[in-house]
Amino acid sequence: MAKFDLAIGIGGAAGQGIATPGDILARIFVRRGLHLNAYNAYQSIIRGGHIFLTLRTSEQPVLSMGDKLDVLLPLNQDSMDRHLKLMSAGAAVLYNGDKIKPGTAADGVQLCSFSVKELAPNIKGDLVQNTIALGALLRLIGVEFKPLEEILTIQFKRKGAAVIAENLGVARAGYDYATAHFKPFPFSLPDTGKKFAFFEGNQALAMGGAAAGVRFYCAYPMSPATGVLHWMARHGRELGIMVRQVEDEIGVINMAIGAAHAGCRAMCATSGGGFALMSEALGSAAMMEIPVVCIDVQRAGPATGVPTKTEQGDLWQVMGAGQGDYPRIIVAPTTITDCFKTVPELFNLVDKFQCPGIILSDLLLSEGRSSVDPSELDFNVPIDRGEIIGLNGDGPPANAYQRYKLSESGISPRALPGTPGYIHVVATDEHDEDGVLISDEFTNPHKRQAMHEKRMRKMEGILSLLEPPKIFGPGNAQVTLLGWGSTQGVIREALEKLAEAGIVANHLQIKWLVPLHSEAIQSIISQSKKLIIVENNYSGQFARYLRSETGIVAAGHVRKYDGEPFMPHHIVDGVKAILAGASQKYVPVHEVMV
Amino acid sequence: MSLPMMKEESKSRSVEAKREGPKLTVKDFKGRVDPDWCPGCGDFGLLAALKQALVELELQPHEVLTVSGIGCSSNLPGYVNAYGMHTLHGRAVAVATGAQLANHKLKVIVTGGDGDGYGIGGNHFLHTMRRNVDLTYLVMDNQIYGLTTGQISPTSIKGMKTKSTPFGSVENPINPIPLAIAAGATYVARGFTGQVKQLVELIKGGIRHRGFSLIDVFSPCVTYNNDNSHEFFKARVKKLEEMGHDPTNFHAAIDKAYLWGDAIPIGLFWKRTDLPSLDELEPVLAEGGPLAHRPLGVSPEAAKALIQVLM
Repeated sequence: MAKFDLAIGIGGAAGQGIATPGDILARIFVRRGLHLNAYNAYQSIIRGGHIFLTLRTSEQPVLSMGDKLDVLLPLNQDSMDRHLKLMSAGAAVLYNGDKIKPGTAADGVQLCSFSVKELAPNIKGDLVQNTIALGALLRLIGVEFKPLEEILTIQFKRKGAAVIAENLGVARAGYDYATAHFKPFPFSLPDTGKKFAFFEGNQALAMGGAAAGVRFYCAYPMSPATGVLHWMARHGRELGIMVRQVEDEIGVINMAIGAAHAGCRAMCATSGGGFALMSEALGSAAMMEIPVVCIDVQRAGPATGVPTKTEQGDLWQVMGAGQGDYPRIIVAPTTITDCFKTVPELFNLVDKFQCPGIILSDLLLSEGRSSVDPSELDFNVPIDRGEIIGLNGDGPPANAYQRYKLSESGISPRALPGTPGYIHVVATDEHDEDGVLISDEFTNPHKRQAMHEKRMRKMEGILSLLEPPKIFGPGNAQVTLLGWGSTQGVIREALEKLAEAGIVANHLQIKWLVPLHSEAIQSIISQSKKLIIVENNYSGQFARYLRSETGIVAAGHVRKYDGEPFMPHHIVDGVKAILAGASQKYVPVHEVMV
Repeated sequence: MSLPMMKEESKSRSVEAKREGPKLTVKDFKGRVDPDWCPGCGDFGLLAALKQALVELELQPHEVLTVSGIGCSSNLPGYVNAYGMHTLHGRAVAVATGAQLANHKLKVIVTGGDGDGYGIGGNHFLHTMRRNVDLTYLVMDNQIYGLTTGQISPTSIKGMKTKSTPFGSVENPINPIPLAIAAGATYVARGFTGQVKQLVELIKGGIRHRGFSLIDVFSPCVTYNNDNSHEFFKARVKKLEEMGHDPTNFHAAIDKAYLWGDAIPIGLFWKRTDLPSLDELEPVLAEGGPLAHRPLGVSPEAAKALIQVLM
């Protein structure tokens, strides 16, 4: 094998315990310094349904879940029936032959049947098949038993010595059975000597918040954003973060705004439906000039949509959230590690410019998992709280304090409630420099215009601090693939596959969405021969935005809106079809029924 | 990583800390602008009572944060010389909760109307009471939507004719007093803007009380509500203290709250002091002072531990 690249699929019903073998494998991989990407396809059901976890590992960074599986662990008949047909020569399928029948496999697929009754005759419960399969799998990929022993011991530590011993015995039985009966893969799982960590995007976002100095986090549970709340709730007390579960998302954002005004860095996360409820308040944060960060973890909409499936369908929602024009920053992190790094960057910007910041994640990023080199998880990040006056014991100002003093940058120094000498009222009504309303008794078109312009001027300052997007890949490419946010990895992988097929492509990924580096993008695209935009939504939301901001009209579009993320070959097929002139818009069909 | 300016926790932010300097008067709490309420509006009475209460409690303007929603009465923060937030319609108690938890040394006073608090803000109202957040909520209850030029509110009486109910309202109003008692508010009172002296005492009691205080205040609308006028209430209100009411008696409080007719009780219906407020229950606030003043960031040891569990 030229490049070690192993993908394992574990399928079963909710409640069959897929997460545990998934975690164990992930831990084994990252402890050997291997990269990891994991994606879990699931449904909104607590027991039943069909869950399919894809774990992919390599010595190189793993950019997506990939196109093929090397190992299938079906924990029930349904998983076998759905996935066996997608397995090709060289792959192995491990299953409990007592209960699961394989059906017809392609030539060269090794069917590895074991009997739970024989290997663990005295152990009750269904979970035992998972542990046997895990033992057998490790044998097939050339891992000695010890790493599994270590991880199982950690995994079941809380359940006591007897449970550990039982699991070790069962795993050993699976391991030994595989030695005697199955043909191992022609490689051994490498060990690079490094030690990686792994985490999901929601953890990354929450940890990024902690690094940024978030002191107040609140949320209403909503898939797929709830992981941020869970992390915060678990760690809030030890880190000095106030964590609150609120009655609804309107309460969430308003509570966060209250905490932010009082001086905390405040953050909240939701999905599209909850975000819709927050719209008006986000505008109020801009109007009162209060910095706050809101994360929208997108799922397939509209309405309740498909709660457990991914989409990039909220771009226009977040761009248009709330009435009127107001300054806002919108950013879509491009990898799970980037989720961690983006939060402190955004907090510095919203504090400096006193406006709301929105992070657009999606289920793929937020519930996906990735390996990370621990050295990349630097909590010692720069913190810039912007202009806050009156707390250094400065004493009262020489002249009367004006909260909304007009300025070239649009920024007026803020004072926190409780500070002697800087009394003011912030208002969601239009107001003058003193914060006095010019909405009710005394309207004033000139002052209104000046205040509106002051706020909107911030956008220029923000843009000047954002890193412009850069082209990736060869300059003289036949085609430029453009994506935004979470699709970076899969597009990069598609680029490699296109190169193998003799198609030279390069790639432009947009992270900072609002304000948009229109001129930089125009300049890059002007060098491009053919532009294809790749998006996980129906209408080409970014394509329409790009057109409105730059006049650029893409030659082709690859779009997917079935709830599942792109696999690399979907993009490759799309590019080929568009280059062949077959169509301008290519919508792949997701082959895996999950 | 930490901010020098965030490190010092100023003692002066604590209401408990005694300050030096001249004793303040009602004038010192006068805001930058004069009220734009209709002449004769009940809200003037509440504004006067609030300022008087702040003076008598010896609070400094910077120690107080008033938070309002939207509506005639929600313009109040602009009329008081204190920190203020004039937030969105219905959202004042949610915003105030965030501010109070972020800086629990502030005295946070929420003001608004019946439509703002009991209508569009009903959900926040309910949950803020059950959490017993340390807020003083003054509802200027005029039983009408005034700023939108006269439509029924959640407290409008059945049969009231307004622009949205030209043939009379067929809906029952809610009674905020038993609602608040049942929902978990720990200080529940009713005032009347025609009885400012009593109102001052009720507001002082509410601000002193650790926990959620609701003071529903009859604040007649002289323009759009002819049914529940100043004269209507003047002829009917009866002070609970004169009725021998014991505000620690739950059932008596509920019974008195439902009295409506020739005698309408005003005063303190319900108070309990055995329940801690949310900030007192929150371990994160147990030490270290207000969250808003703490240094930012994660210690290297804590960061290491967070990463370790991912390996």
